[in-house]
Amino acid sequence: MEFDLSLLLNGIVSGLLLGGLYAVAASGLAVSFGMLDIVNIAHPALMVAAAFLVVAVGGAIGLDPLLCAVLLSPVFYLIGVGIYTFYNRFFERRGDEALQGLAFFFGVMFIIEVGLVMAFGPEQRFLDPSYAFTTWRIGEIDLPLRMLVPALFGLLAIGLLYLFLHRSFIGLAIAAVAQDAEALRLLAIDPVKIKRLAFGVSAMLACIAGGALIVVQPVEPSSGQIFIGRVFAICIMGGMASLSGAIAAAFLFGVVENVTATFFGPSWAPAVAFGWLLLVLAFRPQGLFGRAA
Amino acid sequence: MTGLLRRDLGRLAAAAATVPATARAQSGPPFRIGYSMSLSGGLAANGRSSLLAHKIWAEDVNAKGGILGRQVDLVYYDDQSNPGQVPALYTKLLDVDKVDMVTSPYATVMIAPSMPVVMQRQMTYVSLFGSGTNETFKYDRYFSINVGGDDIKGTYASGFMEVIGMLPTPARSISILAVDNEFAQKAAESMRHFARQKGLRIVYDRSYPPTTVDFTPTLRAIQATKPDVVFFASYPPDSIGILRAMSELRFSAPLVGGGMIGPQIASVQAQLGPILNNLVSWDVYSPEPTMDFPGIKEFQQKYRARAAAEQVDLLGNYLQPFAYAQMQVVEQALKRVGKVDQAALAADMHAQTFDTVVGPLKFSALGEWVEPRNLFVQFQGITDGDLEKYKRPGTKVILAPAKYKSGTLRTPFGQGG
Repeated sequence: MEFDLSLLLNGIVSGLLLGGLYAVAASGLAVSFGMLDIVNIAHPALMVAAAFLVVAVGGAIGLDPLLCAVLLSPVFYLIGVGIYTFYNRFFERRGDEALQGLAFFFGVMFIIEVGLVMAFGPEQRFLDPSYAFTTWRIGEIDLPLRMLVPALFGLLAIGLLYLFLHRSFIGLAIAAVAQDAEALRLLAIDPVKIKRLAFGVSAMLACIAGGALIVVQPVEPSSGQIFIGRVFAICIMGGMASLSGAIAAAFLFGVVENVTATFFGPSWAPAVAFGWLLLVLAFRPQGLFGRAA
Repeated sequence: MTGLLRRDLGRLAAAAATVPATARAQSGPPFRIGYSMSLSGGLAANGRSSLLAHKIWAEDVNAKGGILGRQVDLVYYDDQSNPGQVPALYTKLLDVDKVDMVTSPYATVMIAPSMPVVMQRQMTYVSLFGSGTNETFKYDRYFSINVGGDDIKGTYASGFMEVIGMLPTPARSISILAVDNEFAQKAAESMRHFARQKGLRIVYDRSYPPTTVDFTPTLRAIQATKPDVVFFASYPPDSIGILRAMSELRFSAPLVGGGMIGPQIASVQAQLGPILNNLVSWDVYSPEPTMDFPGIKEFQQKYRARAAAEQVDLLGNYLQPFAYAQMQVVEQALKRVGKVDQAALAADMHAQTFDTVVGPLKFSALGEWVEPRNLFVQFQGITDGDLEKYKRPGTKVILAPAKYKSGTLRTPFGQGG
């Protein structure tokens, strides 16, 4: 493919929009995996489950998918709290959180997928808001609202999460639990309680990401699988426990994928994007924004 | 009193032992057909709708007295769309359940791992939507319910070439984009073969991984090559992503389509609505007058009445009639042979023509259809996502092959189309 400035600019812009979806999908994982050290491989499956619920509820009452996701997010908070309570009781407390905990979340992912098939059937589901078929044009640059609106919505949710983590007492406690859980006990704060709350917040973000996902593309019960590699790679690339790092990595991932797809073909896109991950880890093992141990 | 009771109990016991035995002698044990099917996982949408078609067939056959005087019993397991599960399930069906016949799961990727088990037991095997599966195995008891024929490369895109020939201005260039899987790569190879043969310049020829989320940059790159014809070989989630991105980019070309899996499915038709207009896509069936085969309307009527409750494809215009036909082939061969003799059944399937709801079928030595039937249909006059129109002729117009042609090509695809 010959170099063309318009193609490059559009590749970058569409990559940033895609990065917005990746960012909101990865932000919940940045809390559970990055801050709590819980390898929640079921996070993308929770996101897809949320997308299915958004279709069911939003379709029934005629509500915008993104607003519907906001309304459903407390339900996902409770689901997250439930999952963490079970995980803590049977794995974390026994010190089995490494391999058996991973197996537990793999099982949760499988149960969610099969549950979705049983409840909704295996067919693809979609809920297109009216703006999903509109594209804004600024000069040579295309801005499809199908990608732009979920990206902005996701960034808003991440902004609120950032404020929560940096300005509230509980948010600071979550950041503290990521650094030294036992030290929290000296302040008479129960780290398990904080982790439970943080995991609930992580599940809420999965719900918000599900709302964004259903605007971008239709979903089927196994749709989460295509995001597992990407969201974990983004968390690691950004630097564990660093929300801003995860966001930067998500945009970088999106831009590298789309610019590569434009000029070298889509087959190279994931290889080059994951190649960047290796490159970052080679020169900054702690990730883009992570702190060296 | 005690003696009477004993005598009565003895009579009752004798009756209990005799009556079922008599009943068994009249109808025999159920005739068991076993298979695995994808009821969960990525292939579940087509797997579950195929299962509904099989159930309808079994009910139809049982209402007519069953097969060989025995009621038909379907024994099926969920392979979870995981090829690794398939060999164990077929071993169980044959060695533990001891079914009378086996048929295949849906799709090449699931059929291939079942083949060694089936071949080892020398079972006659009718498959569903396998694409060139027997090219490697060359098993003489394999029979395929798919429209591809023996030579996919030499036949798959021939209908699309016919459609290219219908363009008002002769096409000079073509772009090809295919997903990285066996079926799509074979389809793309067939298109390349015909493009070179007819002197079409290939200006873009790439593959994409199945995990691709955003197709916008790829389509923009294709758009920059200004092709006359665009050929896609894609799977459902990708087909939707491609067509939506094309709509957003206002992509227009004289002819767009190819081997896209997805536009045949009711939920995709409902979602994309008018975006599908003028797309020319590979297909296997369309309710056009040229395909009004005996029994298909009755089958679809029964299928559609139950589809919503079973949460499967609402129309049954794609592989569902073929799943019904798969079992009709088994039924007709068994009726002719009169017993479960795998060698005799295979010989019958090679020799005879089968009358099915998807038309008359005859199998080649390789077990594929003697007469390939890759349809290329064009979506026309679509204004919304309402599915009712897909039950009638005129929405999915058949352009090729000529034998089934039911309308004329409309151009271009996209803006102004």
